[in-house]
Amino acid sequence: MHVSMTINGKAVSDDVEPRTLLVHFIRENAGLTGTNIGCDSSSCGACTVHLEGEAVKSCTMLAVQADGHDLTTIEGLADGDVLHPMQQAFHECHALQCGYCTPGMVMAAVSLLDEVPNPTEAEVREGLEGNLCRCTGYHNIVAAVLQAAGSEGVSS
Amino acid sequence: MIPVAFDYERATSVEHALSLLAEHGDDAKLLAGGHSLLPLMKYRLAAPAVVVDIGRLSDLSYVREDGDTLAIGALTRHRDVEVSDLVHSQAGLLAAATSKVGDPQVRHRGTLGGSLAHGDPASDLPATLIALGGSLVVDGPSGRRETSVDDFFTGFLETDLADDEMLVEVRVPKAPNARWSFQKFNRRAQDWAIVGAAIQVEGDRCGVGLVNMDSRPIRAAGVEAALASGATAADAAATAADGLEPPADLNAGVEYRCHLARVLTRRGLEESGVS
Repeated sequence: MHVSMTINGKAVSDDVEPRTLLVHFIRENAGLTGTNIGCDSSSCGACTVHLEGEAVKSCTMLAVQADGHDLTTIEGLADGDVLHPMQQAFHECHALQCGYCTPGMVMAAVSLLDEVPNPTEAEVREGLEGNLCRCTGYHNIVAAVLQAAGSEGVSS
Repeated sequence: MIPVAFDYERATSVEHALSLLAEHGDDAKLLAGGHSLLPLMKYRLAAPAVVVDIGRLSDLSYVREDGDTLAIGALTRHRDVEVSDLVHSQAGLLAAATSKVGDPQVRHRGTLGGSLAHGDPASDLPATLIALGGSLVVDGPSGRRETSVDDFFTGFLETDLADDEMLVEVRVPKAPNARWSFQKFNRRAQDWAIVGAAIQVEGDRCGVGLVNMDSRPIRAAGVEAALASGATAADAAATAADGLEPPADLNAGVEYRCHLARVLTRRGLEESGVS
């Protein structure tokens, strides 16, 4: 089946089997390997991308379900060499250890702040419950999201 | 993990979806948000020959008032239920329970109708609809019919839906003055409930639905009857597990689940103002 979608502002289309998972389409057909595959069972959140601006787990969607939609992956956040405020906050707070969960964490965190612009620490922790960091580096991740919330508040 | 190959059909209307179901019978499965069906297909516990995608039938995504009833389209996503002012004001228990489903990413995709049609005794919303005293509108070859939630869940992952029917609407009696509690016991964020209790108290009527306490989503009928005859919250809750057959698994044995059902029901009743 032929599917077309916009990923990070660029049109991508290809012929796929209906059973092709969105995360495989993103990685293999679109060649965007920033989105990781972790548990492959909608638990860990490593594959989180934005579908029409909302965080979704791309291992639990078929590519055909995303046909015609607008997606953003971790590669689409930065503005050229200027990191997205969430990426910058992760950098400054050292919110990563091995880095495997990081793309999904960042995408989930950006979506969280869209819905809850000024979260409490508890709201950040609950809002990121769909993302696992097996280095258990949650402390600095939460600090980064809170910092990004503050900086976005200042800049707006 | 990749599903077994299947033929993909994208429904453009309810009528189109029903005609595809009529054509393919029990070889076909409906795909809404996909957060129950796709995991099963990836684990190869389900291998439908035909997947009928109803996810673009946006006219089945709504929350609206219909007299004394709140009508919610089957394809309304958890996220949209969770933030709906109407759901908050008229069925607070449903808003609270929905906010506990999965995680934000799951709630952006999963739908109310999909969760109910899946009929999982371990999921939060079937027990919630039992407590709310809701009903389900089903469309099929012989037209629409409405069935009580008490007749809908017939067995483990089995419902009253025939192979050629689809759930189109969920109806909940408005209860703006009700008190309620949703008790979900689990050990880790995002996990399924080991046991849960959904409770709504409105005047002298009390509805209690239990999560993961039987082979199907189940009403704690003994608790409701005890309260109706004047029992205290503690005495009524003591009957919560009577006659039920909860599963035993790595998380909990039968006795522990029965204990949890009694404790969570008591806490929920007390939080709902029953003393």
